[in-house]
Amino acid sequence: MSILTKTLPLTASLAAALTLAAAQTAHADEAMEKCYGVAMAGQNDCAAGPGTTCAGTSTKDYQGNAWKFVPAGTCEGIETPMGMGSLEPIKM
Amino acid sequence: MTRLPADAGLGFKPEHFADIRASRPDLGFFEVHAENYMGAGGAPHAMLAALRADYALSLHGVGLSIGGARGLDPAHLARLRALIERYQPESFSEHLAWSSHGADYLNDLLPLPYTPETLALVCDHVDQVQEALGVRMLLENPSTYVLFEQSTIPETEFLDEVARRTGCGLLLDVNNVFVSCVNHRTDPRAYLAAFPLAHVAEIHLGGHAEEELPSGPLLIDSHGAEVADPVWALYAEVIARTGPLPSLIEWDNDVPAFPVLLAEARRAQAILRAVGEGERTNAVA
Amino acid sequence: MPSHETFLSAFRSGIFGAGLPVGVTARNPDEAERRFAVYRNNVLHSLTEALAARFPVVARLVGAEFFAAMARVFAEAHPPESPMLFDWGGAFPGFLEEFPPVAGLPYLPDVARLERARGRAYHAADAEPLPPAALAEAAGRADRIALGLHPSVALITSGHAIHAIWAGNQPGVTPGPISDRPETVLVLRDRTLEVPVWRLGPGEAAFCAALLARRPLLAAAEAALTTDPQFAPQELLARLQRAGALISIEEDAQ
Repeated sequence: MSILTKTLPLTASLAAALTLAAAQTAHADEAMEKCYGVAMAGQNDCAAGPGTTCAGTSTKDYQGNAWKFVPAGTCEGIETPMGMGSLEPIKM
Repeated sequence: MTRLPADAGLGFKPEHFADIRASRPDLGFFEVHAENYMGAGGAPHAMLAALRADYALSLHGVGLSIGGARGLDPAHLARLRALIERYQPESFSEHLAWSSHGADYLNDLLPLPYTPETLALVCDHVDQVQEALGVRMLLENPSTYVLFEQSTIPETEFLDEVARRTGCGLLLDVNNVFVSCVNHRTDPRAYLAAFPLAHVAEIHLGGHAEEELPSGPLLIDSHGAEVADPVWALYAEVIARTGPLPSLIEWDNDVPAFPVLLAEARRAQAILRAVGEGERTNAVA
Repeated sequence: MPSHETFLSAFRSGIFGAGLPVGVTARNPDEAERRFAVYRNNVLHSLTEALAARFPVVARLVGAEFFAAMARVFAEAHPPESPMLFDWGGAFPGFLEEFPPVAGLPYLPDVARLERARGRAYHAADAEPLPPAALAEAAGRADRIALGLHPSVALITSGHAIHAIWAGNQPGVTPGPISDRPETVLVLRDRTLEVPVWRLGPGEAAFCAALLARRPLLAAAEAALTTDPQFAPQELLARLQRAGALISIEEDAQ
């Protein structure tokens, strides 16, 4: 099939697609209720955190060979070529 | 720049937007943290524009680092200026604190020693802010957990000097006064007696949390609870001296349903109106 | 007495684990260390919370305790560069690629890219959708026009099932077992200001990539057909227009 014989029907199909898309907008424009979704609003405020209750948790505790955490969330249900979620502490 | 009504206001939380739009509560103003509205567009600006159409607006910055050592960030000043031009807030305020040292932003209102050096620096920064933004700003007293050996100027005197030298107003956070005084084992009434109330153009009220240290309580400025009773008492005493002032309820952590916040604002309004009526009665007499 | 510059440097170092800055004290000086820890905790806790708010699916995948520990390492290596916290985290996907404890979760960086794109879309500039008449009027010039997309639109191509993982880890959803496979998604902010995530077929992905590259509509459709002979542009174009994602028509596109 030549470029021309392929292109002509495609051009026509795109023209139809644009006309169809334009027609659909009539519905979209009707007063759609805005969703102001708060989950991604900014996080800046002037409040303090949890005081001294996590005292001593400086970043140094998480570095070097002392990494003692394993992912323990929903990752365990995802199968990858490497197996299910990592379950062993990893030496850094 | 103190065009806020002498009435109670609330810190705006996006989760309350629908409630506010549906009920249009009788409030003097809303306050927002400027940095949350520095994106280009979308829902934050749609909400703020709608809110602003119905209420007086206080723009409250948390990231300018006025107490920093390395100069103000011109880009951040430009962003603030753009916000002020766009929304024409009745008030702009910031903190006597620092949050940046170098290129990074530490996202906390960190304390500074009060010395002749830092006084000159803060005055210079406040001058720059007022120049760049074209408005008179309000500077807020901090809540603090430590003291500094190098401090030589009392906080009240430091704030008074900044206000005198720069012409800025002050934002008196009564909860911060209580938190700091309890933490440093001093008397909040003595602090307020020394506070330059004539410069105060807005009041903040928020809740705090309490921990225990060997020497006694350590209060944390958590903004995660109702305003405490001793803070209400101090607030009433301040308002009795100053007359009604714009008074904000702040609640940033564990934000409750809107009616809980509104009830706090009503409590502030009752205090403001009692004082306001007392003044009118005196004027008639 | 240290200068203010020197003192703030020491204070900043103290936040990230160095000792108490000289001059920090308390009414009972024995308590200075514990009181200073309030600032250390405020900084690291607030940054952890801000990162978790930006990357909730990553946080759910690894669990809260692991995420908090990892966020502290990230915050020290890549602290926010401006006070606009909503914009923090651009370096997070790359960090996840290099962070050994998550090496067993190869999809994690791309999930973070998807969440980053959603955050950017939420705050992206506003743009008026094309009026329907303009689209209808341009219908005959598909070989010459390019369609401008809303500033919020982002395309993320991944070797992993990022849509299934993202959708399966939304609030209130209990994730079922997910088999990893390549997926491409389109992120955008629609007319209601929501930020949906669309899973695209291979042809749709090629079509959107060409639209984002400002290729003529016809060339975009040809690219899509090369990738997927079954591709038909109607549904995707209608969907983009319904969402308000088509904002301009450029004539004489190359």
